[in-house]
Amino acid sequence: MSDNTTTKDEGLVSRRDALHLATGAVALGGAAMAAWPLIHQMNPSADTLALSSIEFDLTAVPEGSQAKILWRGQPMFIRHRTAAEIAQAKKDDTAKDLKDPETDVKRITQSNGKVGKEEYLIMLAACTHLGCIPVGVNESGYLGEYGGWFCPCHGSQYDTAGRIRKGPAPKNLVIPPYLYTSDTIVKIG
Amino acid sequence: MSGPSKYVPQSGFEKWIDKRLPLVRFAYDTMIDFPTPKNLNYWWTFGAILAIFLGIQIVTGIILVMHYIPATDRAFMSIAHIMRDVNYGWLIRYMHMSGASFFFLAVYMHIFRGLYYGSYKEPREVLWGLGVIIYLLMVMTAFMGYVLPWGQMSFWGATVITNLTSAIPFVGESIHNWLLGGFAVDQPTLNRFLSLHYLLPFVILGVVVLHIWALHVPGNNNPTGVEVKDVEKETLPFHPYYTIKDAFAILVFLMVYFAFVFFAPEALNHPDNYIPANNQVTPAHIVPEWYLLPFYAILRAVDFDIIPGIFTAKLGGVIAMLGAILVWLALPVLDSSKIKSMRYRPLARIFWFIWIANFIFLGICGAMPAQAPWTWLSKIGLIYYFSYFLLILPLVSKFEKPKTPPASIADSIANAPKGEEPNPNIVGVVQN
Repeated sequence: MSDNTTTKDEGLVSRRDALHLATGAVALGGAAMAAWPLIHQMNPSADTLALSSIEFDLTAVPEGSQAKILWRGQPMFIRHRTAAEIAQAKKDDTAKDLKDPETDVKRITQSNGKVGKEEYLIMLAACTHLGCIPVGVNESGYLGEYGGWFCPCHGSQYDTAGRIRKGPAPKNLVIPPYLYTSDTIVKIG
Repeated sequence: MSGPSKYVPQSGFEKWIDKRLPLVRFAYDTMIDFPTPKNLNYWWTFGAILAIFLGIQIVTGIILVMHYIPATDRAFMSIAHIMRDVNYGWLIRYMHMSGASFFFLAVYMHIFRGLYYGSYKEPREVLWGLGVIIYLLMVMTAFMGYVLPWGQMSFWGATVITNLTSAIPFVGESIHNWLLGGFAVDQPTLNRFLSLHYLLPFVILGVVVLHIWALHVPGNNNPTGVEVKDVEKETLPFHPYYTIKDAFAILVFLMVYFAFVFFAPEALNHPDNYIPANNQVTPAHIVPEWYLLPFYAILRAVDFDIIPGIFTAKLGGVIAMLGAILVWLALPVLDSSKIKSMRYRPLARIFWFIWIANFIFLGICGAMPAQAPWTWLSKIGLIYYFSYFLLILPLVSKFEKPKTPPASIADSIANAPKGEEPNPNIVGVVQN
């Protein structure tokens, strides 16, 4: 006991202090490790992750319309664009009101970096603001000033390349990873 | 206010238990003998009304879980089953549904009363802060409960609100997926929301216990905002004076509540929630339940980037919405006026009335589509909402010339204008 007091007075770390610290550190580490399974159980489970890729036949989508399909439980747009829509999107590559500037070519790039087909725009259908599904062609409703998509929830407007032009959404509609496996089949995920 | 206990155990059992676990003493001190200011008005009865509604929601909720199925393909049908097949299921469910609305109605009255009579000021800051926490927990509970019927509004409300987390820079997307248990609202989300919806009311109950504890240390505020100076003259025991008054208020409130339960159970609900959830089609117009509309309007009012690419409209909206509630926590600091009650603060009082009107106005904006003029009207509402707390109250409390409050509660009763004077023979009759 007297040893202890002397060392403390000299401003040194006593044996007991070291033991306290070490015990505390082990307890803290142990608590963190014990907590992790309790937290991680809420992350997407193995079966949810297993549904991560699908194939889709693009011939099912006529020109000037869009298909909605599900990938990982999320709806997706596959839009078959007309020549006029593609031209408009390319023309807008340099528009000043692009909040999240991307060229039209970037919007149709596959996950291997090669440019896909410019007629087919493949995107997640969730508005990047708060996840509603924007209204697109062959649906009743306003399409917004840019002729692409209009989100009815909070008024975000997307152009024909799915780029955000107006409204509260911060980003362009998300392009998922995809690859053309043949001329008409695309593999998503 | 807590003082020495006046409890005297009578029976042999009371004496025996008092030495071991003084539960009877505790009940006597807090619910019978507790000295309560004489001059409380009916705005003070909402606390008891809220306690009753927490009870109603817990009891009806436990019953509903006995019949509800938390599966995406069966949840909607199980609600129909409760409504049609379960004995009195319709009654229990309508009580739970309308119960949420009336719970919030009462909590708003309770909060507005606190704002008016300065119940957040010293020495009740902790009491007030616990109240704000209870309100936040109520909002979370109500939101998750609304998801359970798995209708269109349930599903898309859940989508929109859980997406708020993705506004957090860098880790938002991971938190979003963690919260949902997937990449979109689906079975894992429904399951965990039921679990949490069942848990949170008991957490609320725990914080309510602390809230009442924090009330019983300094005692009630009162309409004059002047603290009790003479316990003998200025207070009455809680029982029977306030138990009876609260019971009367509870009955009147329950009459209105049951009028809705029996005759207009869907009046406060959105018809779209009777369409089963469809993850491919967003309803044209998503709105939360009425009691969250003011905050929804604040969320939508921020539709412009503050710093493009970094501080986006989305993040700004989320911060504004959360800030709208969290700013209440700072009230004891923001409002430095020594005078508690707005009765004696002629200027602050006017701004308080405008704030209430503005809160209702924001609610109307929140119910409207996200188009002009509602988008810019919401912005005006948002500016006033925050100005009241961050600018008006701090400045007014510095420059306002308040009226002189009565020297004591006893004084205010003695000097009450003719006709309002309490009959001295009937001690318990409380008037304002």
